Amino acid sequence: MRKNILFALFVACITMALPVRAQLVIEITSGADQLLPIAVVPFGYSGTSPLPEDVAGIVESDLQRSGVFEAIPRENMLSLPNSSKNVFYRDWRLLKADYVLVGGVENNGNGTYRISYELLNVLTQSRVGKREALDVKPSNFRDAAHFISDKIYEQLTGIRGAFSTRILYVTSEGDRAAPTYKLQVADADGHRPQVIVSSKEPILSPSWSRDGRNIAYVMFRNRRPSIFIQELASGKQQQLTQFRGLNGAPAWSPDGKKLALVLSKDNNPEIYTLDIATRRLERMTNHYSIDTEPTWEPDGQGIIFTSDRGGNPQIYRLDVRTKNVERVTFEGNSNTRARMTPDGRYLVTVQKNDGNYHVALQDMNTGRVQILTETYLDESPSIAPNGSMVMYATSDRGKGILSVVSVDGLVKYRLPSAQGDVREPAWSPYFK
Amino acid sequence: MSVTKLGKFAVIGLSAAWLAGCSTTASDSDTSSMASEGSEASTSDSTYAAGEDGSLSSVIMDDQADAQQNADLLAGVATVFYFDFDKSIVRPEAREALAKHAQFLMDNPDARIVLEGHADERGTREYNMALGERRAKAIMRYLTIQGVAAAQIETVSFGEEVPVAFGHDASSWQLNRRVEVRYE
Repeated sequence: MRKNILFALFVACITMALPVRAQLVIEITSGADQLLPIAVVPFGYSGTSPLPEDVAGIVESDLQRSGVFEAIPRENMLSLPNSSKNVFYRDWRLLKADYVLVGGVENNGNGTYRISYELLNVLTQSRVGKREALDVKPSNFRDAAHFISDKIYEQLTGIRGAFSTRILYVTSEGDRAAPTYKLQVADADGHRPQVIVSSKEPILSPSWSRDGRNIAYVMFRNRRPSIFIQELASGKQQQLTQFRGLNGAPAWSPDGKKLALVLSKDNNPEIYTLDIATRRLERMTNHYSIDTEPTWEPDGQGIIFTSDRGGNPQIYRLDVRTKNVERVTFEGNSNTRARMTPDGRYLVTVQKNDGNYHVALQDMNTGRVQILTETYLDESPSIAPNGSMVMYATSDRGKGILSVVSVDGLVKYRLPSAQGDVREPAWSPYFK
Repeated sequence: MSVTKLGKFAVIGLSAAWLAGCSTTASDSDTSSMASEGSEASTSDSTYAAGEDGSLSSVIMDDQADAQQNADLLAGVATVFYFDFDKSIVRPEAREALAKHAQFLMDNPDARIVLEGHADERGTREYNMALGERRAKAIMRYLTIQGVAAAQIETVSFGEEVPVAFGHDASSWQLNRRVEVRYE
């Protein structure tokens, strides 16, 4: 990954004209037919010092991955305007672009740059909204680009963009018999990874608090698992549980006060809730089967979890107040590790059919189930906070990688990793 | 459990008979854990019973055995036990080695073991944590039924996180579905 970033910087240094796709580690594996064609014109820049990032390139790649847009290739562009004043709409009609994004970067001379941009509608030959400007430090160019992508996405779809979000994931690298496990956080496009915790013992099940400030995860110490929570900004880490047996699958409640988790201290794996401030533990399930993989409904009234109480593992819903349990999934040999879209409309699960594990989407209103993926050993689906995309872990030629699929199943791309196995993506909520 | 007290003079071959008693007199938690395997549990019960053969009955607890003899007894005894896919049934071929571990633990009440359960890479990670634990508990149950004190045994699951074989095929998966006996 570091290599990629260095390479990206190198490319940015020598020229701004190179197609940005060469730097990106994202690969679209299939696409939808009804995509909105948009031309993201390289931003104008007259300065002499090299820019840290190609902002327009990042925006283009964000939009391309969204499952909504189709980017007009730079090499096809007939002109490279950087303001609405020098846009010839005929050029863009010829390229069948519905929208054009133009912009420019200026050095403010005080260590910051001004990035300004305008979104233009080719059909009406008019600007969508105002010309916007951002003053940013060189280290924030990628943030600025994702911010612009969020704005455009929201303006044209009415749905909040999720390009400024981040992902947690676990890697294992080095000697396979004694690997190093790392919990990492990166931008949603896989860039700017940072190691949060590194250990010679397993790390798994990373989870975000609803405000995105804290994370929870499972880490082994002295060959036994514990649940930890950690504040991302300060790095302050707290060990929350260390019971005999399982200490697993932490999931933050929507109000941020509790974790749902799995303990087997009373013999079987059961779902508990732990009040983080008071450390009060409440047992939520009571069944001799495996109960695990809890996740909260968006309103916090229900906990969705995996249980094999019916024979094969399926998804069940627990009413937090009454502790009544009802079965939710019925299709497939098994369904495990569910996550719910933020609007509560869809449930994604790992569904097993004929020995294959794929990500399935169940409509909670109609019960209709759609298989979204066709890769190998798919697991750990995690939904973007705007409900548009699902990131999941899969295996490619024996190596763990992360992939993304749109909730309609039409757009797929993957985030190849530089080294080792990558797994257990957890998509962040919106920040602030 | 009363089985523990009988350990010193119990003949291993008797354990099958004791198992039946156990599943009716065990505490609630034990009962529920037996039942937890649904159809697997009933299969495993009958496997223990049906599989008891002459060779195992001939392994008799030696009340006089000293520590050295016990250590000798464990030399070369298997410490890794394998399982079928999505199953936690102790296989018949595991019994001879488990009997030796059980004898050692009964003769050395201060000895402690950790049973580390593992799963193959298929299925979701936290479910596999639960499955690894279920396997470790199946071995634990086998040992306690033989008379080992539950306090001597701890179960820990690593799920699919620590494979020993790195292929993505049936033979690697088989090697990874295991419980390892680790003396503390």
